Amino acid sequence: MATLVSLQSRLPLIDCQYYYRNRTVDGYRKKEYKAAVKIQSWFRGCRVRAYIRYLNKMMTVIQKWWRGYLGRKHYRQMVKTAYLTMKMNFYNEMAVRIQKRWRGFKIRKYCFNYYYLKEYLRAISDTNQAIREALEEFAEMRGREKKKADLEKEEKRKQNQARKTHYLLSTKQIPGIYNSPFRDPDPMEFEIRKVRAFQMPSAAHQIQQTDYEDLSTWLACTSKRSFPRSDILPPINRKQCQGPFRDIAEVLQQRYKPLQPTLRVATSINSEKDAREELRREEWNNRVHDNVFLPFSSFSKNEKYVPMVQTSTKYNGISYAQKQFQEEEPTKWMSNKTFQTVFPPFVLFDKYGKVYSRAGEIA
Amino acid sequence: MSQRQVLQVFEQYQKARTQFVQMVAELATRPQNIETLQNAGVMSLLRPLLLDVVPTIQQTAALALGRLANYNDDLAEAVVKGDILPQLVYSLAEQNRFYKKAAAFVLRAVGKHSPQLAQAIVDCGALDTLVVCLEDFDPGVKEASAWALGYIARHNGELSQAVVDAGAVPLLVLCIQEPEIALKRIAASALSDISKHSPELAQTVVDAGAIAHLAQMILNLDAKLKRQVLSALSQIAKHSVDLAEMVVEAEIFPVVLTCLKDKDEYVKKNASTLIREIAKHTPELSQLIVNAGGVAAVIDCIGSCKGNIRLPGIMMLGYVAAHSENLAMAVIISKGVPQLAICLSEESEDHIKAAAAWALGQIGRHTPEHARAVAVTNALPILLSLYMSQDSSEDLQIKSKKAIKNILQKCTYLPALEPFLYDAPPNILKHVVGQFSKVLPHDSKARRLFVTSGGLKKVQEIKAEPGSLLQEYINNINNCYPEEIVRYYSPGYSETLLQRVDSYQPLV
Repeated sequence: MATLVSLQSRLPLIDCQYYYRNRTVDGYRKKEYKAAVKIQSWFRGCRVRAYIRYLNKMMTVIQKWWRGYLGRKHYRQMVKTAYLTMKMNFYNEMAVRIQKRWRGFKIRKYCFNYYYLKEYLRAISDTNQAIREALEEFAEMRGREKKKADLEKEEKRKQNQARKTHYLLSTKQIPGIYNSPFRDPDPMEFEIRKVRAFQMPSAAHQIQQTDYEDLSTWLACTSKRSFPRSDILPPINRKQCQGPFRDIAEVLQQRYKPLQPTLRVATSINSEKDAREELRREEWNNRVHDNVFLPFSSFSKNEKYVPMVQTSTKYNGISYAQKQFQEEEPTKWMSNKTFQTVFPPFVLFDKYGKVYSRAGEIA
Repeated sequence: MSQRQVLQVFEQYQKARTQFVQMVAELATRPQNIETLQNAGVMSLLRPLLLDVVPTIQQTAALALGRLANYNDDLAEAVVKGDILPQLVYSLAEQNRFYKKAAAFVLRAVGKHSPQLAQAIVDCGALDTLVVCLEDFDPGVKEASAWALGYIARHNGELSQAVVDAGAVPLLVLCIQEPEIALKRIAASALSDISKHSPELAQTVVDAGAIAHLAQMILNLDAKLKRQVLSALSQIAKHSVDLAEMVVEAEIFPVVLTCLKDKDEYVKKNASTLIREIAKHTPELSQLIVNAGGVAAVIDCIGSCKGNIRLPGIMMLGYVAAHSENLAMAVIISKGVPQLAICLSEESEDHIKAAAAWALGQIGRHTPEHARAVAVTNALPILLSLYMSQDSSEDLQIKSKKAIKNILQKCTYLPALEPFLYDAPPNILKHVVGQFSKVLPHDSKARRLFVTSGGLKKVQEIKAEPGSLLQEYINNINNCYPEEIVRYYSPGYSETLLQRVDSYQPLV
């Protein structure tokens, strides 16, 4: 009960106190309010800061992880490229080695082959040597031939000289020029003794002074004497010359055969006329009387000549066919004589068996 | 007067004419008489005798005219001016073979002097009749007309073209195949004269089938014929590669090489001309000649001749060596360089020396090996002296200078270069010192030799502008040696030594 009394005692104070407290509290209220505000703001700030710190920490973690990821990715890329570069370098180097070897080989084998060049130059010098020797030989041979030809010519000249001066030969009584009694005979002397005399061209070789027979008579042409004949007959046992030559008897036969005139040449040009004359004579001999048989009708006796239209008028001048195409002096070209008939020749038959060439022969 | 006396007068006149014309023809063979004859007015007297009734007088008159016209060109002009040519041409078509020969001789004698006279002959229509005479049976007539055609065609291209247009070429090719040697000679010389002017004319000759026949005749024994045949082939081959190949296809190698050994000088000359004309076109043709052993034959031929005969052979070596270094090496191993060096020193004519210098330059310019081969024969000092001497012709100086330059650029054979240090003009000295500066840094033996032979001393004496190329070369050379040696050899070293002696305080 005490408390109740204390409380009741304090009851009137409550209003005062209440108002006193409120008053004092109000007095502290601003302060406390400000303090509370300060505390709250500080606390809130702390909270926010802690949040921000938290966020920052999280952000750092995220960024850390993200950058790590990126870096690793980058690194992987770098490793890849480095690997690739390394491989490419390796390949390049190997390719360089291959190309080096190949180019050296190619140049040495195909473009400038030292050994081939050496071989070639050696071959050239061998060829040169061979050519030089061959040419030497050839020149020597030519020289020898020329010398031989010269010697032969000289020999021939001497012989010819000796033959021409054959009269200088020494006789028993008189020694010749080359055979002086006071010294050895000259070689020319021996030469002259050896050769036979040089004869002037004999009468047989001169132009044949044949008495030109009268060729006006026809039959003299066929005389065998007007064609040249050989005086010397060929030797009997002459052996055939080697080569594509004919038998010498054949050749001489051809060369010296007499004239064999053809039928046309042999028949006289008047033979036709002579034959006709003969026939006429024969008939006249056999005829009973010589009266010519006349035709009965005189149909064509009184025919009158009808001149051409072009010739009938005199106002045409020189007409078409009158003067240009007809001969102005017809008698100049016409004569009373008729053509002579001549036998046409059978040329083929004439040549048969008489031609020298062997064309067309079978055996 | 009786008939016989009248006829006797005519006979006397005829005898007098015959005698006159024969004597004139005989006198015209000697040159000293011709002046007198000309002054006596022989032309105007001979002219009516050409129209004489008697054929012998005509022929002898034509022969006398031909001999006179042959002597000099005034007389030939007098023949042209006297209107004798149309009469000759007209009777050339009709008369017998002696007259044809004499008339063709006159045409030849007139045509050989100058192009204008030859043109006069062409203008009076002689070519057609001459070509008709080429078809005659008598070889003497063919020879005379071929000779006349050859002399006309010799002068220039238009006249050759006129001869070809008259249809002479196929007939000349037929004449070549005839058995008479003189006719062959003349026909070959005519073909040679026709084909020398232009490629078209040469092609015409080739189209007529001349090459095969000419190639066959190379083996003939007659020297003059061989001259003409080789000359004809070389005139054909010189124009173009195709023609040269056609000549080669006629299988003239190695037969042509036997002609290089012939006794006759001009056969050798023409054969080497032919080979030269073939070799100069392409490397392949030169290769062919080298493979056939032609180079050796030509070198022997050069060795056995003197003077102008050598010239085509020397040029041939130059052409072959100019194409490529392998061919130049082939010339070197065939022992060509000593022969060329002998030519260079022996010959007296400038143009032959110039050709030898050019050939040596072509051989030595390819690689150091080649230059060494040329330098070993001691040709370089000769070339230098030819370049420096005042009485060489300008052509010789230019060619020897080029040859020296070509060889020096590749020459690493130092013993041959040393004489150049002493007496070369400055522009060549630069190259020489340059070569030394290239070789010396790498070769110790050469350095030693250079010092002992006095070359280093000479190099020190050379005055060069600082900064010039020569100075650079000299510096390069000096850098190859230790400094004391360079100082020892520098000029004026003995003075500096003596100065040091003067200024030395003796140690007491």
